[in-house]
Amino acid sequence: MGLAMAPRLLDDLARARTVVLVSGTNGKTTTTAMIAAGWGRDVATNQTGSNMPAGHVAALAASQSSSVVLEVDEGWMTNVVPATKPRVITLLNLSRDQLDRSNEVRQISERWRSVLTGNDGVTVVANANDPLVVYAAELASNVAWCDIPTPWNTDAVSCPRCTLPLRFNNNSWWSECGFSKPLKMVTTLHEELVVRGTSLPLDLRLPGAFNEANAAMALTALSYLNVDLTEALARVNALESVAGRFSLRRWRGHQLRLLLAKNPAGFTAMLNTLRADGGDVWVAINARVADGRDPSWLYDVPFERLRGHRVYCFGDRRLDLATRLDYAGVDYVVVHDEALLPPSNDVINVLANYTAFQDWREKSGPC
Amino acid sequence: MLTIALIYPEILGTYGDGGNALVLVERARRRGIDADVMSVGIGDEMPDASIYLLGGGEDGPQRLGADLLRESTFVSRVRDGKYVLAVCAGLQLLGTSFAVEGDDEYEGLGLVRAVTRRGLTRAVGELLVRRDHDVLVGFENHGGRTELSAELEPFGVVERGRGNDGVVDGFRTSKIWATYAHGPVLAMNPWFADEILSTVLGRELEALGTVADDLYAERRAAVLHSAASSRRP
Repeated sequence: MGLAMAPRLLDDLARARTVVLVSGTNGKTTTTAMIAAGWGRDVATNQTGSNMPAGHVAALAASQSSSVVLEVDEGWMTNVVPATKPRVITLLNLSRDQLDRSNEVRQISERWRSVLTGNDGVTVVANANDPLVVYAAELASNVAWCDIPTPWNTDAVSCPRCTLPLRFNNNSWWSECGFSKPLKMVTTLHEELVVRGTSLPLDLRLPGAFNEANAAMALTALSYLNVDLTEALARVNALESVAGRFSLRRWRGHQLRLLLAKNPAGFTAMLNTLRADGGDVWVAINARVADGRDPSWLYDVPFERLRGHRVYCFGDRRLDLATRLDYAGVDYVVVHDEALLPPSNDVINVLANYTAFQDWREKSGPC
Repeated sequence: MLTIALIYPEILGTYGDGGNALVLVERARRRGIDADVMSVGIGDEMPDASIYLLGGGEDGPQRLGADLLRESTFVSRVRDGKYVLAVCAGLQLLGTSFAVEGDDEYEGLGLVRAVTRRGLTRAVGELLVRRDHDVLVGFENHGGRTELSAELEPFGVVERGRGNDGVVDGFRTSKIWATYAHGPVLAMNPWFADEILSTVLGRELEALGTVADDLYAERRAAVLHSAASSRRP
């Protein structure tokens, strides 16, 4: 199907349905799955991760459900928002990803802003700790600001309004021109998660602090859809894996946990989930079209944290990875022949970027 | 003591540009040379250093970087003979003027006579530059078209990609290396890292075998091969 046709088709298919959109650099697929699961009913969703209009059309055509949640590629929001007229838009974060394609994150923020400004039919659930998200959402009519931990802000160092340096301090940020973190929060996630005054004890099966932030955004979105939050929380807590991510797999006698990490922010979050037990870590890096063909970003990932582990390098660009690890002072092995890998008893964490992750999904089997 | 100043990594560090500082310091230390990286943040005094590294940045940050450097002692230090490695936006900053959103002739630092205008298209992809017997392999992603004045020597001749104008890439003076090969270009080109180190230290360096040599050989072959197969008859 031609992409030029997709917006018209989307318009028709989305009519008279309750649509939720999820966008951002990291966490889209997981947050979309959390909203779909938390809703507690039959939901039309693009769970395969095809997050451009053709994928949205396919998801809507495959299900008659009146409830729709769609993950949207950052660059397609300006098309998909007018076509689907969503009830809720969830904006997670914006950082560098596939820079050879999307060029500059600030431009994306500007384009989001153009489609959200004055849009009064939608509630925008937005991360208040990401200045590029705040810039995009600040002029929308209804914004639910979420105060969630956002450790990665090195892509928002200069103010999106005035380009002067942004200052970050004590869970706050501001610029000299007055652009600053919003004050009125709908959701806070510090010691505990509170959504619109309701305390929701998170106990996720999914690992990592970043998934707690995703859950906070998902539950906030659900709170605008008349969903019972306590029941939604139980369903979100019970999610075990999302599109194969975090799942345990078996491959040639090894037990593997597959972790998707596509960019500096995602990789940093994923490295933080590894135990400092010195176990072997496998990392697979490709630079195909879907990954972004430029692996320069490896130098923005704090691989120094892997010192003490032995890292096995896989993927088309394993030598780029090995060079990065060598300069980081990390013990590494370049895997040219997978048949020669030593056996292991423990579960091995496999960190892989987009197409490398798909390769590992395909060649491994369920546990 | 070799000191490497990484300039404004917050704004001029879009593509892992900090990798160049890491590569230089590591390749010096592994040869027993005392070396250190100083990260120069916005608002910091411009320190005295052996070499200054300028990276890439988006339009707004690039403009901010030019303004901050203009107000600093950077220009006078370079005029006094300090070394500079500049990639991508850093290359444009050193010239007479460059184009950013809203301004086609934003004033550069004027350390060399080079004018950057907006290209008709964005140059995104592998860049291969030949300089005498050496070949530089890298990746470019920029919208600029840079014109050098007649007396300014280019860094090399473009064999794949655009560089300045599809013919030559970057520029080279006795103190400055500038290329459109962005981000951690020294990681992929260990010979280039060693040329810089040897020039700045003013002496020959012993060979240093690392996995980067394998990476360089692989990338050079891959890009040369794709350049050959994509060449029109």
